[in-house]
Amino acid sequence: MTATASPALVAFDDAIARFDPVLGLEVHVELNTASKMFCGCAAVFGAEPNTQTCPVCLGLPGALPVVNETAVESAIRIGLALNCEIATWCRFARKNYFYPDMPKNFQTSQYDEPIAFNGYTEIDVDGEVFRVEIERAHMEEDTGKSLHVGGATGRIHGASHSLVDYNRAGIPLIEVVTKPIEGAGKLAPVVARAYVAHLRVLLSGLGVSDVRMDQGSLRCDVNLSLRASADAPYGTRSETKNLNSLRSVERAVRYEVSRQAALLDSGERVVQETRHWHEDTGITTAGREKSDAEDYRYFPEPDLVPIAPDRAWVAQLQATLPEPLAERRTRLQTVWEFSDLEMRDVLGAGAMLLIEQTVAAGASPTAAKKWWLSELARRANDAGTTLEELSITPAQVAGVQALVDTGRVNDKLAREVLEGVLAGEGEPADVVSARGLEVVSDDGALTAAVDRAIAHNPEVAAKIRDGKAAAAGALIGAVMKELRGQADAARVRELIVEKLG
Amino acid sequence: MTDLARLSAADLAAALTAGETSSVEVTQAQLDRIHAVDGAVHAFLHVDDEGALAQAKAADERRTAGTDVSELLGVPIAVKDIATTKGLPTTAGSKILEGWIPPYDATLVARLRAAGLPILGKTNMDEFAMGSSTEHSAYGPSHNPWDLDRIPGGSGGGSSAAVAAFETPLAIGTDTGGSIRQPGAVTGTVGVKPTYGGVSRYGLVALASSLDQAGPVTRTVLDAALLHDVIGGHDPLDSTSIDRQWPSMAAAARAADITGLRVGVVKELGGEGYQAGVRRRFDESVQLLVEAGAEVVEVSCPHFELAFAAYYLILPSEASSNLAKFDAMRYGLRVAPAGVAAPSAEQVMAATRQAGFGDEVKRRIILGTFALSSGYYDAYYGSAQKVRTLIQRDFSAAFEKVDVLVSPTAPTTAFRLGEKVDDPIAMYLNDIATIPANLAGVPGMSLPSGLADENELPTGFQILAPALEDHRLYTVGSALEAMLVERWGGPLLDRAPALEVSG
Ligand SMILES: [Zn+2]
Repeated sequence: MTATASPALVAFDDAIARFDPVLGLEVHVELNTASKMFCGCAAVFGAEPNTQTCPVCLGLPGALPVVNETAVESAIRIGLALNCEIATWCRFARKNYFYPDMPKNFQTSQYDEPIAFNGYTEIDVDGEVFRVEIERAHMEEDTGKSLHVGGATGRIHGASHSLVDYNRAGIPLIEVVTKPIEGAGKLAPVVARAYVAHLRVLLSGLGVSDVRMDQGSLRCDVNLSLRASADAPYGTRSETKNLNSLRSVERAVRYEVSRQAALLDSGERVVQETRHWHEDTGITTAGREKSDAEDYRYFPEPDLVPIAPDRAWVAQLQATLPEPLAERRTRLQTVWEFSDLEMRDVLGAGAMLLIEQTVAAGASPTAAKKWWLSELARRANDAGTTLEELSITPAQVAGVQALVDTGRVNDKLAREVLEGVLAGEGEPADVVSARGLEVVSDDGALTAAVDRAIAHNPEVAAKIRDGKAAAAGALIGAVMKELRGQADAARVRELIVEKLG
Repeated sequence: MTDLARLSAADLAAALTAGETSSVEVTQAQLDRIHAVDGAVHAFLHVDDEGALAQAKAADERRTAGTDVSELLGVPIAVKDIATTKGLPTTAGSKILEGWIPPYDATLVARLRAAGLPILGKTNMDEFAMGSSTEHSAYGPSHNPWDLDRIPGGSGGGSSAAVAAFETPLAIGTDTGGSIRQPGAVTGTVGVKPTYGGVSRYGLVALASSLDQAGPVTRTVLDAALLHDVIGGHDPLDSTSIDRQWPSMAAAARAADITGLRVGVVKELGGEGYQAGVRRRFDESVQLLVEAGAEVVEVSCPHFELAFAAYYLILPSEASSNLAKFDAMRYGLRVAPAGVAAPSAEQVMAATRQAGFGDEVKRRIILGTFALSSGYYDAYYGSAQKVRTLIQRDFSAAFEKVDVLVSPTAPTTAFRLGEKVDDPIAMYLNDIATIPANLAGVPGMSLPSGLADENELPTGFQILAPALEDHRLYTVGSALEAMLVERWGGPLLDRAPALEVSG
């Protein structure tokens, strides 16, 4: 590709003042079914490479697909939760293109007959309801995962060779595609992020996916175009692929608005192409150009029979859907006894689901909120990541709080435990024993330390004897220092008062 | 002493049941025959002496133990090289799969093993079943035992030649547009394409998924029925497999009563372009059916004339996609592009496909890729699917008037090797009478109707039945076969020239 200098970026606010952004979001969701889309192989994340494969998902000659019924059920439930119509009859189609991580060199997907179509969902953007129209939700299979070795940062450019893990090949995917989202204006980046966050909560509530963006079980492509005004025809769009965090979604939209505005300002045209997001530099770069030459030669998959979901079954799935998100929000706020302001903070931080799961694992709502919205929010912010991408689970957060509740660690030590869990040192209890963080409540050890503190600070001891109880703080500090903070402060105070009072 | 290799599967089964011979003895006799004549016939791509004899021994043990005694227990069989066989090479006649040993058995192979039929080896075929002569096999053509200078039909010419040369009593074929029936016709053997979905496709290297169907290749109609009963029936691994209880084909073959049967002669199949000797033998067979009490009428299927064009859009389209998996990444041939220091995966794929596929395969991949491309899809693939519906309607209308339809199987007797290999259209026209059944998914059979007067080569008689009514083929076929054999004074293959025995 010839390197034509790109015009300097236009500041986001300037860009948005002169152009109207139109968004389109394509979200790929890996279902958490026990087996793959078209074979009986296990669909567990993180197994040894190429241990969950068979003739079907390896695309061996002669092998044939059989549809996973649970995946169809999940697809229908997702469609219903997004207020879609469910097809009375639909087929799979082959999407033909050559790629080394795709065993058959076609992906079994759906084309013009998706299982669910024509829906909408209402998301919360800064306390306002924003309606997103859903074009379709269709079923397909995931590809294998390529690992490029020898080049920089795992990219194919400069790599000496590539390895492919076919464990992921054939994992059921649902692709949810929005209709063009208009009218977001300067909120476009926030709308994009809020939509993906909303989908995560919705899908998690359905129990159909792990929705882990960091593990790739939820992946987002963002289409963005600019036009002169809200009544102008759509501009040419770019498609930024595989955004793997909520923050990247938001940043990528901002960046594309700035980039495209700069192109349009300087009289250049926006190229219809896929673009790659670079988390480190915060920019997108050109990938494949989407020309007319790209032709997937779709045709109905002849190895599978059409799917005609029974209407009674669909009705039954509709009847057993979990409560809609808006109702769920209201209910949780009541149960948790949070004020409107507190709940706004929770939603703003995208922490409702995490708090719900932390409470389910045994923590009180207040404690769960405290951890996620303060200590963990700070760490996520420092790391430039999001709460759900932190390597700590709600159950582990609840475990840390349990240690506090039972007096095994104090607040300060609890933060150290969190740090250990985040650093991959294991479960909270493991971190406590490995780092020796348990508070010292053994009176023998505490008494000895108190005695030494009194001996080293005779003036302070004298003040306490004289009734200046406030001076005890200095002695407590000395004891804490000696025991490296691992003392039960209340018990230390008691011991000092016993000896000097 | 009886020549075991010349017995039918049913007669072998009877001899085995009576304890007059053993599976090891029978299997050894077939292997001996293969080693004696296959140098000239070249029906096999791979012969598994050791494996076949071990399976024969196991079959004999099962018979002695008296457990699991299936009707064909111990009767050996050959399998077209398109079906995966665990531990045995499977090439589909292509260089691109040379050396590939599948890790799994096709469902029909698993059923053969379960029923105790020793597998003698894998038979030759046109590459990926694309052809009507085996001349497109990457491993050289098979030869017609009636005249070694002639083609044994295709794509399953290896199976038909093996059966006609008495190398095996039974073989498996696959039929996408006639690849079981046309080889049957030109070698004087019996071939059946079951109803689409009647026999599992799991483990058959796919040519055109919506057309492919596996079936029996044998010397008698009863043998085909016995084999059909073994390999047929629902398979949960094939979504297009029909889930139902099928009647016994062997029982239908043994019944063989056609009194009052309504037979329709397809007007569009058998006129111009059909060799005189082929038509004469066909007419005689129809006359025999009349004498046996059948009512014969002429039936028109006007859209059959479009079948050929539709077929050559649907088949290449599906094939272009099915054959995309042969990319050197995980199995089979891998060719590095010449003069490229560090080739990309895409370059290796291209070089491998260039070197590994033959011309006919490339021709059809290019055709199919074009027919599916955007902007052409509706005009080509879309229209072809509409023609398919029209052909299905022709069949439905015809089967309201008659119980079975009949025609010559192939327009000519076996042509000479090399005669049509450079003329694809002439080659494709061999399947003109067999293609409609694949497009509609209905079952069809070819059985020998005699020898053409002009060249003393076999001619084939095709019977077509409605979907799911495969048993009618066997009833009609065995009735006709009995009358013909009586007229000939013995099986037609007894009149084939003796093959020179080597070794
Ligand atoms: Zn698998």
